[in-house]
Amino acid sequence: MKELLKFLTCGSVDDGKSTLIGRILYDAKLIFADQENALIMDSRVRTQTGELDYSLLLDGLMAEREQGITIDIAYRFFSTEKRSFIVADAPGHEEYTRNMAVGASFADLAVILLDAAHGIMPQTRRHFHICAMMGIRHFVFAVNKMDLVDYDADIFNELSSEIRELTRDYPSEAVIIPTSAKKGDNVTVPSASMPWYHGPALLQYLETVPTIQQPKAESFTMPVQRVCRSDGTFRGFQGEVFAGSICVGERIRVLPSKEEATVTRILCGAADMQTAERGSPVTIFLDREIDISRGCVLTQNDRLICSAVLQAELLWLDDEPLEIGRSYLLKAAAQKIPAVITKIKYKLDIESNTKTSGDSVHKNEIACCEIYTDTALVFDLFQNNRNLGGLILIDRVRHTTCACGMIRSHTSVSQNLSFHKTDLNRSFREQNLSQKAQTIWFTGLSGSGKSTLANALEKRLFLSGKATMLLDADNVRMGLNRDLGFTKEDRSENIRRLAETAKLMNDAGLIVLVSAISPRRVDRRMARSIIGSAFHEVYINTPLETCISRDVKGLYQKALRGEIRQFSGIDMAYEPPEHPDLIIDTTEVDVDKCVQQLLRAFFDDDAKTVRT
Amino acid sequence: MNHLDKLEAESIYIFREVAAECEAPVMLYSIGKDSSVMLHLALKAFYPEKPPFPLLHINTTWKFKEMISFRDRRAKELGIKVIEYINEDGLRQGINPFDHGAAYTDIMKTQALKQAIEKYGFTAAFGGARRDEEKSRAKERIFSFRNAAQAWDPKHQRPEFWKLYNTEIYKGESIRVFPLSNWTELDIWQYIKRENIPVVPLYFAKPRPVVERDGHLILVDDDRLPLRPGETPTIKNVRFRTLGCYPLTGGEESTADTVDAIIAETASAANSERTSRVIDKDGGSASMEKRKREGYF
Repeated sequence: MKELLKFLTCGSVDDGKSTLIGRILYDAKLIFADQENALIMDSRVRTQTGELDYSLLLDGLMAEREQGITIDIAYRFFSTEKRSFIVADAPGHEEYTRNMAVGASFADLAVILLDAAHGIMPQTRRHFHICAMMGIRHFVFAVNKMDLVDYDADIFNELSSEIRELTRDYPSEAVIIPTSAKKGDNVTVPSASMPWYHGPALLQYLETVPTIQQPKAESFTMPVQRVCRSDGTFRGFQGEVFAGSICVGERIRVLPSKEEATVTRILCGAADMQTAERGSPVTIFLDREIDISRGCVLTQNDRLICSAVLQAELLWLDDEPLEIGRSYLLKAAAQKIPAVITKIKYKLDIESNTKTSGDSVHKNEIACCEIYTDTALVFDLFQNNRNLGGLILIDRVRHTTCACGMIRSHTSVSQNLSFHKTDLNRSFREQNLSQKAQTIWFTGLSGSGKSTLANALEKRLFLSGKATMLLDADNVRMGLNRDLGFTKEDRSENIRRLAETAKLMNDAGLIVLVSAISPRRVDRRMARSIIGSAFHEVYINTPLETCISRDVKGLYQKALRGEIRQFSGIDMAYEPPEHPDLIIDTTEVDVDKCVQQLLRAFFDDDAKTVRT
Repeated sequence: MNHLDKLEAESIYIFREVAAECEAPVMLYSIGKDSSVMLHLALKAFYPEKPPFPLLHINTTWKFKEMISFRDRRAKELGIKVIEYINEDGLRQGINPFDHGAAYTDIMKTQALKQAIEKYGFTAAFGGARRDEEKSRAKERIFSFRNAAQAWDPKHQRPEFWKLYNTEIYKGESIRVFPLSNWTELDIWQYIKRENIPVVPLYFAKPRPVVERDGHLILVDDDRLPLRPGETPTIKNVRFRTLGCYPLTGGEESTADTVDAIIAETASAANSERTSRVIDKDGGSASMEKRKREGYF
């Protein structure tokens, strides 16, 4: 059976990608007679001269033919005497970069086209960097449309050195071939028009390039896709061996639980196997009952990482920009876990290949981000294994695939840490205290009455025998958060620490009341994702004029005089909650009534009864 | 692992992902060679369990007789549930392939499929389509999202990376899943041979009564085929490269009566397999995409 090469064609728009592939198929006689007839007919309709337009073989969507561009990846299959090929033909427009990236994740080799007259374009760089980032190690640069520059060797040589410059810093192999897809030069056979070029024609090279090297010795790893319970007497774990191999009788470890067991049986389809290699779809049986479900990983690799904090390079795909603090669904191997992007470490400027800073990431941009997952994720680094180190993020409301990511590292703090399960958990502590642990988060302008209300509510709960704690942001800034200033980053960190503290206190079974202006939605969203379902947002909606007239701390006067900068409501926006759990306006209503409102909203009868 | 092993592994991975993540999957079973391979892969993917989803056959009532008997025999042998769905309304109106052309395909196939998916509340449907078949298929993702009207939006497909498939949907929406996306016609036959997979006998050449009509050899499968003036059935050694509704499926003269002979014929075929489909030609070069946008498989 012939070896298979999956490759991608990419490059800037109009550099002739679809034409090149069409030409390969046509010249190597790899299209069927009916397809050739359709091509001749279509070309007559669409070109003035009736000259064959080879791109029509690939641009299969109506919109593509209407606009004369490629929108999405086309997959074409062909086979020569030496090899079978699947080629993914990528769109060149920046707008469709995400579709190009889909092709890059599929391919083992990339053919990047350039127009000899135009040289390296921004899209050439973009496509090269995305391919390299996604792990492609073999590149062919086809310097195309040589016919339009009179097959000039000097132009080709000059471009070649620019290409060498572009690829210098990457551990990849790059071959450069001068071509004319339209005229067929160096496409399937060497060109007579360029006697100065002594290398192979494109197809010759694709037929002979050594395909993917065998991965180096690696340990067995298989994520569990599903648990098979045939008749209740046994359980088999189904998945594909993503790394290494496994034999009956060998010990394996289950992550994240770290339990160990011995493999007693391996099925591939209905056949019993003694051993299973990388890539095999198997069902594995173990010698003892362990709690294993979808997403768990069976492994012999001690270096596999289990962490809730990681760093990944993200290619942003969604029309809506990345949002710090928002909860996304993260998929990696067979795991699907809510996750929050906590920090943009840097953005990659793809044209200059430099790292820049930035606090927003839009469609088609690349950024390295820190990601927190709700529970620990089991993974390897992307460079070790793309199936164990690649991820996607999904918008939880719109269900779009927002980003693809390559896991580059995991934060060192948690490297040697694992979450210790303690015997006493939150629910025991809650029972002991006869209460439900929760966090009531008071947000609103300075002077809106947050602290007053939180204070009154706490006293009331205390009288009902409840165990509570009030976290006032101002007070916490004097201790735990004393190292933080008032930059955007520091304000975010301030909220993160408040939320983590509240969560710890919830774990202790306590009812926590947090009083913090917390003016930014993203920060409050982060707090919600840290605290989880125990989080309740209360918006103290007192009008700004009332707050200014109260001005208990004299801060508004200072802010209005310009002595304090970045003061919420004055020279910095306060972003009201979109869907708060409760809204309280303190202008008309007295404190007692507000407390009643709070009790009704969040507490059961027990908490409303004052103990005597 | 060789090429077929890799294709098999990819398909099995897809089956298991759908079974694990989608609420109510179903397999579209059209009884052809691709469906036979798909069913075989599903049996392998879940063994020792049976596939955790039923099969759905959209019956236009114009299928080859041998297809229906093959379907019933296989279902019995394997102990697998096959749901047959017929668009009764279309049947009552007497919709047929001779008088109604493109409307027939729409009503008896596309609408029937949409009705069945809605009736049973299926959230994911496996189909045996391959990317090498046709140029709009060549553009489709493995997990192809359909909105509540079951329409495909080719300009906004969900990006797909590595083996990570986005299966998130709301009620009413669904996903069409194509586990054979990366297989070619030749791969299918080589796999049928390797795994010894049963297929409908119509794929093998044998003397059959046919009439030549608009360049196609149409099998006189029953007495419902109205003969045009001058048409008389003649016996020819014919096999079918694809199977569907007999009045819309052209056979080709061939002597290939074994899987090996079919493999040799496929490897040297001058035309693509879809030339045997009469329906693909209605509506010009983009007809498949149009039908897919409207909910066709």
